[in-house]
Amino acid sequence: MPNLKAIRLRISSVKSTRQITSAMKMVSAAKLRKAQDKILRLRPYASKLHEILVNASQSLERAEFNNVYNRKSEPEKILLVVITSNKGLCGAFNSNIIKEVRKVVSEKYSEHYKNDKLWFLAIGKKGYDFLRKMNVKNLRECNYLLNELTFENSCLIAEQIMNSYVSGEFDRVEIIYNQFKNAAVQRLTDEIFLPVETARESDEVRIPADYIYEPDKEQIVKELIPKSLKIQFYKSVLDSFVAEHGARMTAMHKATDNATTMIRELTLQYNKARQATITNQILEVVSGAEALKG
Amino acid sequence: MKIEIITPESKIYEGDIKSVRVPGKKGSFQVLKDHAPIISTLDPGMVVIVDQSDKEILYEITGGVIEVKSNKIVLLAESAK
Repeated sequence: MPNLKAIRLRISSVKSTRQITSAMKMVSAAKLRKAQDKILRLRPYASKLHEILVNASQSLERAEFNNVYNRKSEPEKILLVVITSNKGLCGAFNSNIIKEVRKVVSEKYSEHYKNDKLWFLAIGKKGYDFLRKMNVKNLRECNYLLNELTFENSCLIAEQIMNSYVSGEFDRVEIIYNQFKNAAVQRLTDEIFLPVETARESDEVRIPADYIYEPDKEQIVKELIPKSLKIQFYKSVLDSFVAEHGARMTAMHKATDNATTMIRELTLQYNKARQATITNQILEVVSGAEALKG
Repeated sequence: MKIEIITPESKIYEGDIKSVRVPGKKGSFQVLKDHAPIISTLDPGMVVIVDQSDKEILYEITGGVIEVKSNKIVLLAESAK
């Protein structure tokens, strides 16, 4: 029979764990809301920028569209941007990313990896730790971004990446991150950041309004492309941040539920054990009295 | 004439105004009522808004782009103060 005291101890420890997980769930829910607001505020800017860009680039010939952000060459040097989280306890959030990175390294870019032509940029401590354990060369990290996620900070990193692309340090930049779908579901995404896709034919062809362009269309497109790239980068990081909190919220919710079930089972067990001892004691008293009578 | 000033992090200003002066790439210019449609990139500098009660409102931007179309102005700034 399980010891009464041991069960009591376990109940109280499970209870305090439940308190922690439910608090973490609450915190994540609040952070999730905040980050979602950020995405919502970003949307008008992003869509307007895109509209202007499409408007200005529509009448430009494809040939003119060639710019520093889309070199057409066989990608030799590749940068993988791996976005994870700084903290754990968020379910399969990080391990999904890690799995994907492993797959990309061993299948898609195995040649590059062998020849040391594969660079890594980790945003998020969990991904960084994993890559370090994998002993990859050419590893850099920008974990601080997640602690202070603002547009300015993400711009700094995006600019660094874009500059090193322009200067030929890399031929291709891909971002691996979790896209937020809803609080329980994340979509794993492997996105090509650079070179910029030229094909914008999917956009509906509207008759461009009769704008005056200043300085001129080409200049505007040239200037807007880096802007829209920065937005894209920020959006990816933000998306991953939202997804992280969604994942943590779900994970902590489940943990709280599990703790509640466990406490119920343990309480039942405790009461059973308690009753058994009482019955035993009564039995002893009664049989003792019987013996005296006899 | 309506204006919206939007940054990636928030909408900074929205309202009816009389005029706005912006630091265009080819030189600073002012937008008054019934300005011709224009798209222009902006240099870092000051944006000066004159609102309906003739009050001047100043914003410092670090570059951006402006679109004016049928008395609606959209100013996308990278950051503004």
